[in-house]
Amino acid sequence: MKKENEMMIEFDSRSCNEAFARVTVAAFLTQLNPTLEEVADVKTAVSEAVTNCIIHGYEEEVHKIKIECAIDEKQIRIIVSDGGKGIEDVKKAMEPLYTTKPDQDRSGMGFAFMEAFMDEVKVESGPGEGTKVTMWKTIG
Amino acid sequence: MYEQNQQGLTVYLPKEVDHHTVDKIRMEIDRQIIENGVSAIIFNFKDTTFMDSSGIGLLMGRYKLVNYIGGQVCAVRVNEKLKKLLILANVHKYVNIE
Repeated sequence: MKKENEMMIEFDSRSCNEAFARVTVAAFLTQLNPTLEEVADVKTAVSEAVTNCIIHGYEEEVHKIKIECAIDEKQIRIIVSDGGKGIEDVKKAMEPLYTTKPDQDRSGMGFAFMEAFMDEVKVESGPGEGTKVTMWKTIG
Repeated sequence: MYEQNQQGLTVYLPKEVDHHTVDKIRMEIDRQIIENGVSAIIFNFKDTTFMDSSGIGLLMGRYKLVNYIGGQVCAVRVNEKLKKLLILANVHKYVNIE
């Protein structure tokens, strides 16, 4: 991917940063002149990925979450990564309604929403290896 | 933010419904269910412009709780964008959406 513009942020895995993360990515996205719907789609996907890092990756302990964005022509690539506990079975984790935390009212729709609102989603993870979610979306 | 009358408990949701904002709301609703025997919950979305799957968990979790005692949950003043999200997660099969 030839990158025309890139940005990177790193922040604490505190729930108050969920809004900060999605708004920051949305602000970076504005250079592609997205529609309101496209902005909402990206914000939802980023919110899901960051929430996963906080709840599942770090299990509410405070560590760092990294977001890397790259824009190439009309496409944005967003990488959300943590150094947390990782996912044992990525395929299972991505099944709609599957959640390891039903007691906390997690809906199991996080990855399903990322896949619904982005063009492509790739998840790389393993136990103790952290999790890296890469998402692509073409604007317009 | 909360209003209780004969129809049940109305919950006025915040502008942004995410993991950060739902935690407190969930605790307050569950307290009202347990202490006041609330069985009908009306989620009012008039101020809400953003929601992620944490909102789905909030609605479905409350549905499961009150359904157990014969109650119900509905969502009112939901904008088209959020309606799409609720339908995608199949919430409309359990919760009446207006």
